[in-house]
Amino acid sequence: MPDYSNDSDWTPNAFKVLIAGGFGVGKTTFIAATSEIPPLSTEELLTEAGVGTDDLTGVEGKTTTTVALDFGRITIDSENMLYLFGTPGQDRFWFMWDELCHGALGAVVLVDTRRLPDCFAAVDFFESRHMRFLVAVNEFDGTHRYDPPEVRAALSLRPEVPLVMCDARHPRSATAVLVALLRHLMLTDPPPVSANPSIEAGSRA
Amino acid sequence: MTTAGGAHQETWLDDAAGRLVRPYTVSAGRTRPTHPMELLSWVVATGAPPRGRLEPDHDVALRLCGVATTVAEVAARMRLPAAIAKVVLADLVAVGAVRTRPPSPVADPTDRPILEKLLAGLQQRL
Repeated sequence: MPDYSNDSDWTPNAFKVLIAGGFGVGKTTFIAATSEIPPLSTEELLTEAGVGTDDLTGVEGKTTTTVALDFGRITIDSENMLYLFGTPGQDRFWFMWDELCHGALGAVVLVDTRRLPDCFAAVDFFESRHMRFLVAVNEFDGTHRYDPPEVRAALSLRPEVPLVMCDARHPRSATAVLVALLRHLMLTDPPPVSANPSIEAGSRA
Repeated sequence: MTTAGGAHQETWLDDAAGRLVRPYTVSAGRTRPTHPMELLSWVVATGAPPRGRLEPDHDVALRLCGVATTVAEVAARMRLPAAIAKVVLADLVAVGAVRTRPPSPVADPTDRPILEKLLAGLQQRL
């Protein structure tokens, strides 16, 4: 067994928040705006969570893929750090990888109202995984702005899922999204413990 | 104890060409670390001299561990895929030069006092 005992005094806790959304919606911009360091990049070998349009086979259907990741960090205090993970967006299903979701506090689904369907997969996945999340509409300059109720209806969001507006380029605005997520986490019941969560993505037509 | 400063310049990087040593050469073709690690596992140099011979990339990784940092950050700063960085870091654990710890001893992400601290910390940044 790894020698992990009595080590808790030399490192803070590292908590993870996922930044999801479709291609080009501003995930890395959001991370850059909130992180205390310029976003860093790496690649990770991730195991797909067995979700596929015609995947009824379960475990044997899992595949491993190299996924590019961008991440940033926020030092909360001497004991706690927050890491934000997103992807440059080359794959709209990136968030389905087990390792990324494992241990995450929650997720931000960034939405561009010009391309609402791009975030359907993320919303479906987090719902099926009982991962708590909120939807943040990234208001790009010059785009048509939908009212929050319109966006909520278009995404079929459950009432308890917060929907906030933001400008992912601005630290204050983007950080306010994280504040809203933390408030949501404190107000809602923790997700039920499930050893083998069922995946029902694709149910949203 | 060494610090992370200056390690950047010694990772055999070329601005135009990128990394000058192929990642899987660094790990001698290995993709599975001998010690389990996650992206947000912590690593820090023990200060003890390594029990064994190190390759240049091990030296770079060890310097990056001068202060406690995460596997993800070491990988990014070495411009290595995380899987390869884990192999290199696990080698350092094996020779006693680095110790590692999982992301958080507080496995429960619904721990209310923790959430309150995170919320307060974020609000201070507004």
